[in-house]
Amino acid sequence: MSAVSHNHDDLVHGHDDHGHGHDEGMPHVTFKGYMTGFILSVILTAIPFWLVMAKVIPDNKVTVAIVLGFAVIQVLVHMVYFLHLDTTSEGGWNMLALIFTAMLLVIMFAGSLWVMYHMNANMMPVSVEDMRNMP
Amino acid sequence: MHETTSNLQQLLLGRLGWEAIPLHEPILLMTFAMVAVVGLAVVAWITKIGKWNYLWTEWFTSIDHKKIGIMYIVLALVMLMRGFADALMMRLQQAMAFGDAVGYLPPHHYDQIFTAHGVIMIFFVAMPLVVGLMNIVVPLQIGARDVAFPFLNNFSFWMTVSGAVLVMMSLFVGEFARTGWLAYPPLSGIAYSPDVGVDYYIWSLQLAGIGTLLSGINFMVTIIKMRAPGMTLMKMPVFTWTALCTNVLIVAAFPVLTAVLGLLSLDRYAGTNFFTNDFGGNAMMYVNLIWIWGHPEVYILILPLFGVFSEVVAAFSGKKLFGYASMVYATIVITILAYLVWLHHFFTMGSGASVNSFFGITTMIISIPTGAKMFNWLFTMYRGRIKFEVPMLWTMGFMFTFAIGGMTGVLLAVPPADFVLHNSLFLIAHFHNVIIGGVLFGGFAAINFWFPKAIGFKLDAFWGKVSFWFWISGFWFAFTPLYILGLMGVTRRLSHFDDPSLQIWFIIAAFGAVLILFGILAMLVQIFVSIRNREALRDHTGDPWGGRTLEWSTSSPPPPYNFAFTPRVHDLDAWSDMKKRGYVRPTKGFIAIHMPKNTAAGMVLAGLATVFGFAMIWQIWWLVITSFVVTVGAAIVHTFNNDRDYYIPAEEVARIEDARTQQLAGQA
Repeated sequence: MSAVSHNHDDLVHGHDDHGHGHDEGMPHVTFKGYMTGFILSVILTAIPFWLVMAKVIPDNKVTVAIVLGFAVIQVLVHMVYFLHLDTTSEGGWNMLALIFTAMLLVIMFAGSLWVMYHMNANMMPVSVEDMRNMP
Repeated sequence: MHETTSNLQQLLLGRLGWEAIPLHEPILLMTFAMVAVVGLAVVAWITKIGKWNYLWTEWFTSIDHKKIGIMYIVLALVMLMRGFADALMMRLQQAMAFGDAVGYLPPHHYDQIFTAHGVIMIFFVAMPLVVGLMNIVVPLQIGARDVAFPFLNNFSFWMTVSGAVLVMMSLFVGEFARTGWLAYPPLSGIAYSPDVGVDYYIWSLQLAGIGTLLSGINFMVTIIKMRAPGMTLMKMPVFTWTALCTNVLIVAAFPVLTAVLGLLSLDRYAGTNFFTNDFGGNAMMYVNLIWIWGHPEVYILILPLFGVFSEVVAAFSGKKLFGYASMVYATIVITILAYLVWLHHFFTMGSGASVNSFFGITTMIISIPTGAKMFNWLFTMYRGRIKFEVPMLWTMGFMFTFAIGGMTGVLLAVPPADFVLHNSLFLIAHFHNVIIGGVLFGGFAAINFWFPKAIGFKLDAFWGKVSFWFWISGFWFAFTPLYILGLMGVTRRLSHFDDPSLQIWFIIAAFGAVLILFGILAMLVQIFVSIRNREALRDHTGDPWGGRTLEWSTSSPPPPYNFAFTPRVHDLDAWSDMKKRGYVRPTKGFIAIHMPKNTAAGMVLAGLATVFGFAMIWQIWWLVITSFVVTVGAAIVHTFNNDRDYYIPAEEVARIEDARTQQLAGQA
């Protein structure tokens, strides 16, 4: 059923022949791939754990930022090694959908934070003290 | 004793009681009587001609995309009558209620009408129209036999109906929201809307939203996975392209609506404080989130109609579409920019100059690809042999009307101008200008264009033209006064005015609404006359307009399997390419065709979901739990139903195709 199958130059056929076309849609699964993903995940989990437990960096905010950075890397590791995401799976549609979704999420989250920050600054009720110090 | 009775009633019926039936409202009683009489007449008529079985087996349980598409459009037209009745009532009220005259609608009722009008027109007229068109046309245009998930398609349709049923039910059981079509809190919160109106709003949209989201996924997969061999992305018909982009928008935007309505329900049902005035709630977040859905929604509605106009202009100018690639890129650019403009719906909420200027500029930028499309259509017509058939009339009416609506939109995109014009009748005139001029005119162009394909005979041209001229003149009579009033500063959603000098404009607007009424009646006459003259209007060729895309290569209406052999596509405008190269229809060597089987599961699940929605609205908790468990159970049971497909035997295919061969021979 995959789009790729239609590009074969064999005879014209219906869309309902299941089982055809999966040969190119399926990712290449290897033990090595899973093992690499597993080891990378363990490392990427262990480092943040150590950073927090041993209080390596005195500033909490920096620790949080680093931990979040590791989390993002780990998400990518999972997607590549466990979900087999690459630029060729499903004829590139998976990667395209991921990029589009990521873009929309950035627009929605960043946009909402930006908009709401300004809304709050301009429109939300202020305390009596703030009111007294108004320019 | 009385105490226990009321406790028992509370347990059994929740908030529902006799007082929910509006016996004291004569207008509603009259409406109810009319609906009941007409409904009973239809039921009696169907029983008399003995068509229940036919309706059930051939339509309600059908998972044929063409039939589901037709049902969607019937739903849209029925709901158009309801939404238009609301519009007519508002126009009448506003033309009457000046000074001492209070009109015939109390504010309590009037507020429900404008809310229902907006909700119905967007969710139950425009959306079913768009989804219905995609259902009928997309699989045929890409050379497929059905959509990717045929059962899901039927289920989506019935979920949309389910939402529509709840809205209609609110007329006679309880009441509808009085909040405006987007139900902004804190007004829509439990503190200011303690009755069931907003709950009807929430649950009808949640149920219909499930249907819309699922059909979005369905069509995305269909277009990406099921195109005929050779149809690369840049050989896809423009309508299919716009359908793809619309479905991408649906899949990305509708979950936001679901989430924000979910948060509002939590505020109303569970006492949370997301959008309340106190305890850290922030109503501005609701406005922000709902427009993150709401702006893409506008493009969800209009993009497929841009596709329709592209197909119609090419077919009736006898030329291929000018600037196909630019049309595709413009559509993609609009898809992305649709997510970058939402704040222009609330410039005046107070985000300040920097935020407003960003969104003002993105809004102006989004008019560029739209303008490019407009020029493409004009250049397609340029030196073409234009045939002024009804679909082409609607298209030209669209170009004229939509261009003006687009310009007033760019005007509103300038934040300082918006500060003056926001919430005024100018805004109302603007969005009706683009939605009627774009979505509805496009829908009518599409209905007239594809009717012969879907049903088998053309629509009567005379009454089509009558309808067109009434609609377009009525539109301008109804909304030009609103532009003028808006510039004078008259705000929207008012049921009474003090200044008698304004009345004349409202009377002109009401006159326009009456002209539109004649347009709608002419359309009903058109359908009736066409059915009566169907033999004379019958389309034997399957290609009544000299079409360019694959749907015109099939018979009218197409056989259940659409294509006996999957076509092979070599060029853009596959059918005109096939005609040019002397395509010969295969007449033998047919093989059995694997098809999905009809199922009642979609209707059953959606019916149960309606019960769930109704129980949630009236807080009948035992029914909520029961219907939820049964719905989930029924869905699980359906997954074990493996009797889902069948083969149309080769002899049957040969019989249908031979009949078609003879039909074509009789024509030549």
